[in-house]
Amino acid sequence: MEDFTRYSGTRDYIVSEDLQNDVNVSIALGRPLLIKGEPGTGKTLLAKSVAKGLSQELLTWNIKSTTKAQDGLYIYDTVQRLNDSRFGGEGVDVANIENYIKLGKLGEAFANPIQSVVLIDEIDKADIEFPNDLLAELDEMKFYIPETQKTIAAQQRPAIIITSNSEKELPDAFLRRCVFHYIEFPDQELMTDIVKVHFPDLDKKMVKQAMAAFYQLRDLDGLRKKPSTSELIDWLKALLAAGHTTKSDFQKELPFLGALLKNENDYEIAAKQRGAFQRRNAFRR
Amino acid sequence: MFTGFFFCLRAHKIMVTPTEWLALMEALSRGFAGNSLVSFYHLSRSLLVKTEALFDHYDLAFRDFFTGLEVPPEIFEELWQWLGKETLKKELDADAFKNLPKHDWETVKKMFEERLKEQKEEHNGGGNWIGTGGTSPFGHGGHHPGGLRVGGESGGGMAVKIAAERKFKGYRRDVTLDVRQIKVALKKLRHLRRTGTRMELDIDKTIEQTCKNAGEIDLIFSPEHKNDVKLLLLMDAGGSMYPYAKLVDRLFSAANAVNHFAEFNHYYFHNSIYDYLRPEINGRERISTAHVLKELNPDHKVILVGDASMAPYELFMENGIIDYYDSNETAGIVWFERIAAHFRRCVWLNPMPERYWRHPTISAIKQVFPMYHLSLEGIDDAIKKLTAF
Repeated sequence: MEDFTRYSGTRDYIVSEDLQNDVNVSIALGRPLLIKGEPGTGKTLLAKSVAKGLSQELLTWNIKSTTKAQDGLYIYDTVQRLNDSRFGGEGVDVANIENYIKLGKLGEAFANPIQSVVLIDEIDKADIEFPNDLLAELDEMKFYIPETQKTIAAQQRPAIIITSNSEKELPDAFLRRCVFHYIEFPDQELMTDIVKVHFPDLDKKMVKQAMAAFYQLRDLDGLRKKPSTSELIDWLKALLAAGHTTKSDFQKELPFLGALLKNENDYEIAAKQRGAFQRRNAFRR
Repeated sequence: MFTGFFFCLRAHKIMVTPTEWLALMEALSRGFAGNSLVSFYHLSRSLLVKTEALFDHYDLAFRDFFTGLEVPPEIFEELWQWLGKETLKKELDADAFKNLPKHDWETVKKMFEERLKEQKEEHNGGGNWIGTGGTSPFGHGGHHPGGLRVGGESGGGMAVKIAAERKFKGYRRDVTLDVRQIKVALKKLRHLRRTGTRMELDIDKTIEQTCKNAGEIDLIFSPEHKNDVKLLLLMDAGGSMYPYAKLVDRLFSAANAVNHFAEFNHYYFHNSIYDYLRPEINGRERISTAHVLKELNPDHKVILVGDASMAPYELFMENGIIDYYDSNETAGIVWFERIAAHFRRCVWLNPMPERYWRHPTISAIKQVFPMYHLSLEGIDDAIKKLTAF
């Protein structure tokens, strides 16, 4: 296999082999990496870990419902210029339009002579047309600023990581250009590793018990929002803070359920189904 | 050698494009799949399949393509006895692995047949004959890129087995439908128009106005883009719809939860629409259909949901209504035609599989409204129809 900068996870972020490969393929082919997966499986953290692992700068572009594709490239601050020309900006040459061109996150990454990592976070929050408006720029990694008649072209193609929570569908033309990875929910084994990263000194038996209770909760029928990795971590934090030890019986009672379930309905479902479960167990005993 | 896989994927409804295929070829030629079929499984999925909804299709295609080993049963029996022996696995280093001759599928098959003719006995651990643990392209438990496995477990991990697990079955779009998925589908139903309060700065007009003002800044604001799609949902709550009640309920909750419609109305009916509609699914209250038609203007997009299956007289005859104490002066089909004539865009979603659509009342209603299956794919198509100009 040829040689190039390789990402292989960082100490604080456990990553599956497939995901590592996909990150590397996406960087080598110069195609954006699209990450989807259940909320709380570490989509956003991946970009941070990639930047850290490759010792590159991370540029985060948080997408909102009002974000336009143009915002990521550059903004021509007309209002500021108008204001300066009327009231006199201090020490700014109003005649020079370049003083009012501000690069967006993608623009910054292109202009940067050193390779960087760009995170386009939650692309599905934006308008449906948003990804389509970025096609040419992501393909060619350059764009033209008509105001200054300059082209900003990437000297080093940045690694682009895009996350989506699938609130909206992404257009086909956009998808065709991406490398796609779906982060599956970690199985118990991988989850144990993840927990170890966050709580290196946690008692093994306690991890096992907490994990069993957690996966049992996830398996309940009809939950609106299944608890995910981030909720498990929060929950363990709470347990530790409250001084729970291996003696706590999670089968009997789940403390701090609020850290795991964020929906009133789910509370009821959990109470009901867990109740039935305990009764069955008691009967068996 | 893999081109067949391209067509196999397309046959499984994964519309791989040549550009994506070329990207895969590039990745392969640069050695990203290593020498393992498992890596190839993941690599080609990442580059060719862009939604988890199609992962299950991919698994099926992969299984079909890479397990399409046609070994005639009679040879299989005999081979099985040779291969049934436990053998120690011989580990190959990377170089030796690379140097093994690679064959394409057709050659492998031909060689297999020839070798089979020559081979007369059990043979394990070698590099030529059909056996276990060797580097010949044939047999099982051995190492050969693109070899033919005959029964047993393969040596270098099992990509096909991963595919056969079909972990992503639950993500298929043509089978499962949850509220969230329907919401995503319904969000495509929109038409943006500037309405509401003036919120956005209109830069062009501001500059123009400021120039006219001789440089005195005059800020001009214009209203935001907002969706102005109005939706009318008409749902069949009749007895034959009972098996689909959950599905219809999900569609309703999704439409209700997508709060980006300018207006959302919904009514229920029994089998067919007659003089009255019901605002509540089990309520006694009724509202005249004619009144609804008068109140709602023609740009409402209409989605009718029902199995469209009933006794023909319920649809075609006056007083055909199924409720014993009720009567209707106008036949159901006439009401459907009136609805189709009043609203510009109507679609019918039918939860029954398409193969049953030859039923007389279904085909009659299909003449009036474009009909789609109540699955995510069907909803997608229906929405395309609703938004088309």
